[in-house]
Parts: sequence; C-alpha cells; structure tokens
Amino acid sequence: MRSTSTAMSPAFKMTLRVLTALALVVIYVPLLLVVVNSFNASQTFAWPPSDLTLEWWRKAADSEGAKDAIVTSVQVALIASAISLVLGTMAAMALQRYRFFGRDTVSLLIILPIALPGIVTGIALNNAFRTVFGLDLGFLTIVVAHATFCIVTVFNNVLARLRRVGTNLEEASADLGASTFTTFRLVTFPMMRSALIAGGLLAFALSFDEIIVTTFTAGPQEQTLPIWIFNNLFRPNQAPIVNVVAVVLILLSVIPIWISQKLAGATDGLAGR
Amino acid sequence: MNSAAEGTAARPHLLARFGRAAGGLPRRVSTVLHRHPRLRLGFLLGPPMLWLGVAYLGALGALFITAFWGQNPFTGDVVREWNLDNFRTLWESEVYRKIAFRTLGIAALVTVVDIVIAFPVALYMAKIASPRLQRILVIAVLTPLWASYLVKAYAWRIMMSEGGIVDDLGGFLGLDTPGYGLAATVITLAYLWLPFMILPIYAGLERLPDSMLEASMDLGAKTGPTLRRIVLPTVFPAVVAGSIFTFSLSLGDYITVRIVGGANQMLGNVVYDNVGAANNLPFAAAVATIPVVIMLVYLAAARRTGALENV
Amino acid sequence: MTHRKVRRSRIAAACAALTLITAGAAACGTESGDDDGGSDGGAGFTAPDLPQLEEIGEGEGEVNILAWPGYVEDGSTDPAVDWVTPFEEETGCQVNVKTFGTSDEAVNLVKGGGYDVVSASGDASLRLIAAGDVEPVNVDLIENYADVYDFLKERDWNSVDGQMYGVPHGYGANLLMYRTDIVDPAPTSWSAVFEEDSPYAGKITAYDSPIYIADAALYLMNTQPDLGIENPYALDEDQLAAAVDLLKQQREQISEYWSDYLKEVQAFTTGDSVVGTTWQVIANVAQGENVPVEAILPDEGSTGWSDTWMVTTESENKNCAYMWLNHIISPEANAAVSEYFGEAPANPKACDIASEGHCETYNAGDEEFAEKLWYWTTPVEDCLDGRTDVKCTDYGAWTQAWTEVKG
Repeated sequence: MRSTSTAMSPAFKMTLRVLTALALVVIYVPLLLVVVNSFNASQTFAWPPSDLTLEWWRKAADSEGAKDAIVTSVQVALIASAISLVLGTMAAMALQRYRFFGRDTVSLLIILPIALPGIVTGIALNNAFRTVFGLDLGFLTIVVAHATFCIVTVFNNVLARLRRVGTNLEEASADLGASTFTTFRLVTFPMMRSALIAGGLLAFALSFDEIIVTTFTAGPQEQTLPIWIFNNLFRPNQAPIVNVVAVVLILLSVIPIWISQKLAGATDGLAGR
Repeated sequence: MNSAAEGTAARPHLLARFGRAAGGLPRRVSTVLHRHPRLRLGFLLGPPMLWLGVAYLGALGALFITAFWGQNPFTGDVVREWNLDNFRTLWESEVYRKIAFRTLGIAALVTVVDIVIAFPVALYMAKIASPRLQRILVIAVLTPLWASYLVKAYAWRIMMSEGGIVDDLGGFLGLDTPGYGLAATVITLAYLWLPFMILPIYAGLERLPDSMLEASMDLGAKTGPTLRRIVLPTVFPAVVAGSIFTFSLSLGDYITVRIVGGANQMLGNVVYDNVGAANNLPFAAAVATIPVVIMLVYLAAARRTGALENV
Repeated sequence: MTHRKVRRSRIAAACAALTLITAGAAACGTESGDDDGGSDGGAGFTAPDLPQLEEIGEGEGEVNILAWPGYVEDGSTDPAVDWVTPFEEETGCQVNVKTFGTSDEAVNLVKGGGYDVVSASGDASLRLIAAGDVEPVNVDLIENYADVYDFLKERDWNSVDGQMYGVPHGYGANLLMYRTDIVDPAPTSWSAVFEEDSPYAGKITAYDSPIYIADAALYLMNTQPDLGIENPYALDEDQLAAAVDLLKQQREQISEYWSDYLKEVQAFTTGDSVVGTTWQVIANVAQGENVPVEAILPDEGSTGWSDTWMVTTESENKNCAYMWLNHIISPEANAAVSEYFGEAPANPKACDIASEGHCETYNAGDEEFAEKLWYWTTPVEDCLDGRTDVKCTDYGAWTQAWTEVKG
C-alpha cells in the first residue's frame, strides 16, 4: 500500500482524495436529509423545515405495522439467505471442482435472476406461482423469489474463495480417510467461512430492500418493510414515520456490518461481490 | 475432470470401508459419492439447477409463451391461441419504440455516470487509503444500501424541487435545478446503484498487485499511461460486472421515474401498467421481452470480457 | 382517497373487473339497459337468483373482512385510529382483516373464498354480483341503513332491479386544485388544465391512470357536443381518439402526473405544479401545511368514486357480517373512517360526530354536488350509455391509449 502511493504523482493522489470526498458528500447528503426530515414538522416534508418535532418518532415507536413489517422482512431475508447459502455454495463447488459440458450455461443461469430487470422476474414468478404451481401468494412465494436472485451473491463469493484456496487441504483430509461430509465440515467449510458471511450478508441486504419482485410475489397479508414503506409513504400522517423507519434502518445496519467484521475479515469478502 | 477429484477417487480408504461396515447411512452415501465424482457433481449441481431451472427458467418460459397468447376483451382471461398480435402492436406503434430507446438511453447514461464516479473512489480506496480507512470506506459505501430505496428516491425528489437543495447549490454555480424529468431520473438512479459499481471495481483494483504499478513507474511511465496500460485493462472486467447491475436495475425500473421523472415513462411503467392495471399479462409479457433481449445481448458481450466471473 | 397508490391501482383493477362483468353479461345475450347507468341494473346483466338473510341471529364469533387499506383500522397503524375494537367488544365478533391493493385482487380473493364481507368499488361490485359471489343484502335488518343518504341507495353500482347488494360506505370527487397566489383569475372550469397555451404550461398536473381519460371525455362532453359523448366511460373509437388528442395536447404542458398524495402535495408546496386534478383530502393536507391552495368542483362536474360493503354468498359468518355492515355505517364508525380516509360519509348522522367542518369539506349530502359526479366505472366494449350500434373501447384499449398519451 505504502509503496503504491509512491507509484502515483502527489497531484493525482490529491485529485483522487478530493473526488472521493465529493462522492461521499453526494452519497450522504440525501441520507442526512432523511434524518432531518424525520424531525420535520411538515407532514409532507416541505423544505426547508419550518419547525421540528419528535412526534414522528413517537408515532413510529407505536406503529405495530412498521414493527410487523420489519419482523417479516428479517424473516424473509434470513430464510432466503439461508437457502441461497446452501444452493450458492453447492453450485460454486460444482463449478470450481468440475469441468463439464454446459458449465458456462450454469453460471449464466445463476446470474440471470439478478441480471434481468426486477419487473420481468416479478411478473414471471407471479404468473408461475399462481397459474403453473397453483400457489397462493404469501410468505413462501416471497422467500422463493428472493432466494432465487440471492443465490448469485453467495455463489460469486464462494467461487472466488475456492479459486484462491485450491483443493490441497481437502485432498489431504480425504487421504486420511475422512468422509466427504466430514471433509466438508472440518476443512472446506472453515476455509469458506468469511466468504459465506460476505455472500450471506449481501443476500440479506438484497432481500431486505427488494421492492419490485416483492410487489409481484407478496400476498396481500404479508408486508415486507419495503412494501410497508410503499403503502405508507402515500398516506397522510404516515409518510413522516417512513423517514423515521429509514433512519432507524441506517442505524441498525451497524449490526450486520459489525457481525460481519467480527466473524470475518469481511471487507474483502464484501467487495468480492 | 478436475485432477483432484480423479486423484482422490483412486486411493484406498480404510476409514471409509470401516464406516461401511458400521453401516451408517451418511457414511455409505459419502462413500458412494466419493467413489463417483460424477455422482458428486450431480449431488452438488442438482439442487441449485433444479431450483433455478424449475422456479426461474420455467417461470420465464411460461411468461414468454404467454406473450404469444391474447386476452379476451369480454372476460379478461388469457386466451390460449397462438398469435403475434402483441408483438405486432409493439412493433407498429411508434410510442413503444420511443419508450424502449429512452429506457435504453437512461440505463446507458446511468451506467456511464456510475463508472465515472465509482472509478476514482474505488482507486482511492484500493490503492491510497490505509487499511483502516479502507475498511471504513467500504462500510461508508455500503451503508446507503440499508436505507430504503423509496426513501432515498423521495429524498432526491425533495432536493430537486423548485427551491430545493439542488436549486440552492446550483444557484452558486449559476445553474437551475433540472427539475423533474429525465435528467433527474438519471441522477437518482445513478445515486441508487452507485454502491453496486464501486464495490466490484474496488475488488478488481485490490486484486491488482501493487508491484505491477511500481514496475510500471520504475520503467518510467507516468501516472496517466500507468493508469491506461495497467490499471484500466485489469479493472475492465470488474467495470463490466458492475455495469450489469447498474444497467439492468435501471432498465427495469418503474418507481424512480414516477417519483422524479416528471411526465415521462420507461419500459417498466408500460409493463407495470399493463399487468397491474389492465390485467393484460400477454401484452405485458411481450413488452418484457424487450429488456430481456437487451440484457441477454449485454450478458453475451460481457461474457467475452470474463466479467461474469466478477459479478 | 388517501392512498393514491391504492386508489390508482384500485381503479385500474376495478376497471378491469367491471369490464368482465358487464361485458360478460352482454356476451350472454342480455340486452344492455337504455339508461345512462343511472338506475337499476344499468349495466345490463341478470343477477343470479340468491336468497337474502331473513334475520340476524347470534354472532358466530368472528368475521373475515376484505377491505381497502384504511377502511378497517384496529389501531395497529395508529393507536388513535381504531373503529374495530369497539365493534369486537360490542358484538363478540373477532375481526380478521385482509387488505387488497386493487379491485382485481379483491375479486380474486372473494372467489378464493374464506371471506365474509368486502368493500367493493363501483367496478368490482357489479362483477361480484353478476358472478354470484355476493348475495342480496336485506337492508331491513341493518338498523343504520335507514339513515344513509337516499341518493346513494339503489344505484347501478350497488343494486339490481331495486334490490340492494350492500350498504353504501362513502364517496368522493376528483376536484380541481390550484395555487391561489399564482393562478389568477381563479378557475371555474376544467379548461384550466385542458386549454391550449395555458399561462401555467409546465406547471399543470394530472392523475396518472388510464381512467383519467374519462376526465378528458367529460370535458369534451361539454365543449364538443358534436362528438356525442353521453357518458365519459362509454367512448367509441372516435371519441376515444378525440380524448387522446386532447390529452396529448395537455401532455406538452404537464409538469408531472401524480398518483400519490405525497407527490402532489409536495409539488404544490414547492410550486412545481400549480393547477391540476386532486382529491379533497390532498387539498386538506396541503392547506394544513399552509400551502395557499383551493380545490373546487368545476362547472362541468367531475369524476369520482363510491364504495359499497357487500356480503359474500359463501360466508359462514353472516350474522357477524351483517353486524359489521351495520357498524361501519353507524354514525361513529362512518365518521371515523370517512375522516381517516378522506371522503364523504354515507350516513348523514356521521356529520354530527365527525370533527367540525368534515362533512362540509367533503360536500356530504349535497345532492346537487353528488349529481355532478360520474363515478368511476370500468369502460367495457358494450357501451355503458346504451348505444348498440357501435362497440365501445374497453379498459385495455384505454391503457394502451394512456401509454401513448404519456409517450
């Protein structure tokens, strides 16, 4: 790192520093605005705020709907992440360890759900769930939809990790007579742990804030947080509460990030997406 | 066949035999799997392919079959008679072509804006910032992802209104706010998807060994040429990978354009209006083929750069 | 309507729904009535012969309700907003509520079974009646029904041949809102948003839904009688083309189309929009924020909505269902829901309980006002105005036309 610094002219480094700072300002000004608006007395967050209030925070604390929605979202995101962790890891191991016909097609298929626009995925799944599978839209269909487009984040993180670590340790384990499952449990899994955390965390984040696919796969009863926000952003007296919820979310996002830092040197994993 | 798989399969396994004698089912499965790499591949690949193949490809397939059907104007039911009417309407009506090109333009522009902003940030993060600052920056870039999409889009709406923050700041530079419209749509979308561009480029740059940069400088190259000859080619796949996100997310969006897009509409709105409002799934499916075809072409091109490995 | 999103999709869906019914009925060979949809069974279909409840017995202990968001509030959104708990305490009927976003969704859910009552908009209601999904309602058993405004009873969206299929819930109009400090002189006609070369070009707003085509048709009905538009929801191809032309001309002057109250209030607050269609509730919010706006019912009249509570045929909790129907139009509940939702109550006694000025604001009971409204109805091929020599354009055609208008 140090030495690299010498590889660039001081002027260039300064330019990069300034540009980064500017970008961060642009990234955070809208978020700051949301924070300020959560105290804005205006129901429609007129700018600039004429008066400040704690009313929205109080109301948000009382809002059962918001709390239920957060719980639903966390449940959906956890289950969808778990599914994509299993499926993504399997697919990554298959692709990394074997050469077979159609390998490229498989990797394309895994990327497809996230590469195609959400509305296409949304109406396709909606149509399939209702007419082909005869399912009622609900919790299950949201989870299936989310897991489908989350597989790719786990897949990529694990694939990158497997490429880096190679297969020597697993071979050694097998030579010593460990079964396939034991080898996975004692050797492969620990090697992949941070990659799994990074992939899982991204899957969780993707699922947690997904709105378009969810719109088409959620039943009327289950409200994930984005759907709750969508429904409430447009109701009088409710819109400012949405700002409060957003601020709380930003603050709460510390938790998953903290966990990831704790469990793994996850920064490089996170970037591995 | 991977050499590792072949090699291990050939060796004797005392414990495995012992295990079979003990009769544990998992152990037996394990042994079988171990003996037959193909089976193991099937075991690994089966579930994810079944999931994606059935749940996803099946759904997509069903959707595009629907595009060739029609809707009964009396009952609103889908009529399963093969025809090309939906595509004919799409092709013949100028308005859909106009919307398609507009959407394409917006998606491309958003991608370019994101690349331009993300590259210097990622370069700074990967090659100049201290490891500690690097970690902080990664978190700083990720944090906005947790604030709801809708809330962020509305924040931009407020900022770009008349007399909003953009107006105030622009005043210094003698600029007006672009107001609600296509410019606002591009800015907002670029903002929303920026982290999806910064992270892959950052990861790509991190993988670039510092020694290569040094070598280039040692050989007398200036910053500019080093960037052009060493850095850009290395991060190109990462940029393409990031662009898959920014491009496809923009291509299918219908919410942001409603919030900040003024009177404009994108392909997503057409799909949404037809399926959500008019309940005309066949036509919506036909419209949906446009972004799908665009993305498939895009992915095919991206694969040549090796970018898919970086997504 | 407080939820623009909802309102909008609901219309759409509703529309789609309506399409089905009326059109379906027409296909069965039933002649369409020759009235303009103003009286019994105007849509022209035969309702299945179903019995109505003869007496209300003991409550079953629960009632499953399908409703628009905001129609059934039990305090979980806001502890202060609750007209469900008193009902549960009084009747012992536990309320399970499921909300829906569109009339289409509502119709699908009803068909799926498991629900006892549904709040249906004008378009969904007929479809449900025609399909036999909802049954006639014996209004004699509903104490509070007698209080309901007469002009809401036995209309074509809630009855067939004088037989009520539910109880009216509330209604509202699409109004013309303008910034009093900017728009001068004050407008009295929809020409404020439709005229060419408006001084407020670039600051005009309109409702973002195909159903808005009816607003243009209503304007043409008054300004271009030659087109022969009798009902803004019954447009043949030429009439639709004329409406589309008008809307395309308007498009040039539009700042943005709105579909949610937040968006519109913000636009009027900042001055990004200064004149356009609105709902009373939006005007109220804006005025509450000290934005100098006024909302009027223009000379031409306007489009609007009217909802009905209905009982499903398959219901297993009919006693509780009737109790709910009675409760929701009781002065207390009707006042609470109409205030929360932002519309005129169906029960005039609600006006004594609602906060002061509520009923005046929404013109509740003002028959002259109500007569000027064309309630949202789904356009169908079988012309709603009774014409039999032409085919009218259906909601699918309107949707594609709307895409073309926005360009």
